Amino acid sequence: MSTTTSPRPAQKPAKRRTPAEDGRSGSRSAGRNPAVTIIVTAILAIVAIYFLVPVYWVIVNATKSTDALFGTNGFWFGGGFQLFENLGNVLTANGGIFPRWALNSLIYSGLGSALATYFAVAAGYALAKYDFRGKKLVYAMVLGGVLVPGTATALPLFFLFSSVGLTNSYWSVLIPSLVSPFGLFLSSIYANAAVPDEVLEAGRIDGVGEIALFHRIALPQLVPAIVTVLLFQFVGIWNNYFLPLVMLADEKLYPITLGLDNWRAQTDRLPEFYQLTVGGALLSVIPLAILILVLQRFWRGGLTEGSVKG
Amino acid sequence: MRSKTAPWILMAPFLVLFLGTVVVPIIMAVGYSFTTVERSGLLGEDGVKSVFAGFENYAAALSNANFIASIGRMILFGVVQVTVMIVAATVLALLLESASAKWPGFFRSTYFLPYGIPGVIATILWSFLYIPGLSPIVDTLGIIGIDVDFLAPGVVLWSIANIVTWTYTGYNMLIIIAQLKAIPGELYEAARIDGAGTFRVVKDIQLPLIRPALMLTIIFSIIGTLQLFAEPRLLQTMSAGITSEYTPNMSAYAYAFQYNEIGMAAAQAVIIAVSAFVLSAVALGISQWMEKRR
Repeated sequence: MSTTTSPRPAQKPAKRRTPAEDGRSGSRSAGRNPAVTIIVTAILAIVAIYFLVPVYWVIVNATKSTDALFGTNGFWFGGGFQLFENLGNVLTANGGIFPRWALNSLIYSGLGSALATYFAVAAGYALAKYDFRGKKLVYAMVLGGVLVPGTATALPLFFLFSSVGLTNSYWSVLIPSLVSPFGLFLSSIYANAAVPDEVLEAGRIDGVGEIALFHRIALPQLVPAIVTVLLFQFVGIWNNYFLPLVMLADEKLYPITLGLDNWRAQTDRLPEFYQLTVGGALLSVIPLAILILVLQRFWRGGLTEGSVKG
Repeated sequence: MRSKTAPWILMAPFLVLFLGTVVVPIIMAVGYSFTTVERSGLLGEDGVKSVFAGFENYAAALSNANFIASIGRMILFGVVQVTVMIVAATVLALLLESASAKWPGFFRSTYFLPYGIPGVIATILWSFLYIPGLSPIVDTLGIIGIDVDFLAPGVVLWSIANIVTWTYTGYNMLIIIAQLKAIPGELYEAARIDGAGTFRVVKDIQLPLIRPALMLTIIFSIIGTLQLFAEPRLLQTMSAGITSEYTPNMSAYAYAFQYNEIGMAAAQAVIIAVSAFVLSAVALGISQWMEKRR
């Protein structure tokens, strides 16, 4: 995996490192005391238990009936194994509303992050590679936008959208998700380092248009930044709660977060919703967990970029 | 040679969306915060109109006991939670990078995993571990004679802090690890030749050099604390300690959508945004001042 992107080791050392050479283990751990290794590993293992407990609990308890959920020890299986029955109920409850929520989340996050990344990378590249009037103003404005809490804009955005009749629609969640100021900064920093001016000049001499320069020459160089921006935006939209809460009234338009919250709110009166919520939580944790683990090296690459310059 | 319009064409989609969904709403929020709705007739039956109110809404917000209490609560929360989280993230990053642990890749992934779990889902997961009767933790502690109620009014703030810490520690740890990896190997070599021990290396090389990453994580965490919303809102139905104006953001939401006082809601939202600005600027200022003193 780590050799698929074009080699530019001088600029991006952290990215090229394979797991084996992680943490300068070669140079610094030589002759390390085995007792220290055991103690440090033990500490890290205890911390790992803390991070895994809620996930472990939900896996174990998704296999139980509602009675067993309250009647048996939460840290171990008990009261029969009915995982598949429970998950079946999750998928079919309320006429299959859960798959619908999952699909909505995918639409908001997938479409939103793809377009947001394209727009942010194009703008970031333009800021990095062109000199023009108003450049500083654009930078300052976007930086200001990063610092303003998303929740502060969600309320006026609701009034803005309701004045044009857009609230309670896919657009009301999708449109605000198309903006990624963070993505603009990351890609402009990255473009500065990764797209040499000479290559662009050579393209111009060959008669390539400015927009085509971006698509044909710059974009392939920017792939690592693109993947990182895409991931952050995807998770950002997937995790969003305030915006859909403010915008959406129709249950059919809900993303998973809002939908599950809806089910959990009903557990007070109807205990069987506990089992639906547990099963639904399990189903929504699994795909994101896999995404996080499989794509871990991209998270690291992007973070290196942002923090070293920051 | 270079086209003047090309950069603007490339930036156009981003700028249009940014103006429409960030700049214009901010201007609108500021506008709302200076207006108040006047109802004519006894019950407002003769229609309503917006009138300029000056700083009336701000004065009302800042003299609103619940809003002030929510800000105080977030300051307390931030001082404790952000400190605990950043210290934990730094220690975990240093331990993982010290190369004295086995399976660092496994631990790093495990710690980062919660970042991919939405705040709402994380809160639902933890709430299962908080609710008496459902939670094996409460059960187990009860057996050995310790009665805890994670949802009690005085405790629930720290139960929320636990959820936030659980979600973001690994993320902050990764930012710090990235910066640790950027420290040139020669510095370690030089330190070893000088006979510096592990703690000297941490104190004199690693901690000073990861300061930019620490500042970044602290500023993000402060802004995140001010925005706290999903976690307390979800726990609200389970804990008597959480009112609908528990955090500044919950307060703004309640005024906008429950009490229908848009001016007040907007004033509170503006105060939250300005506070985020000021706190970030102060954090950056302190950081630069320390840099100069070095």
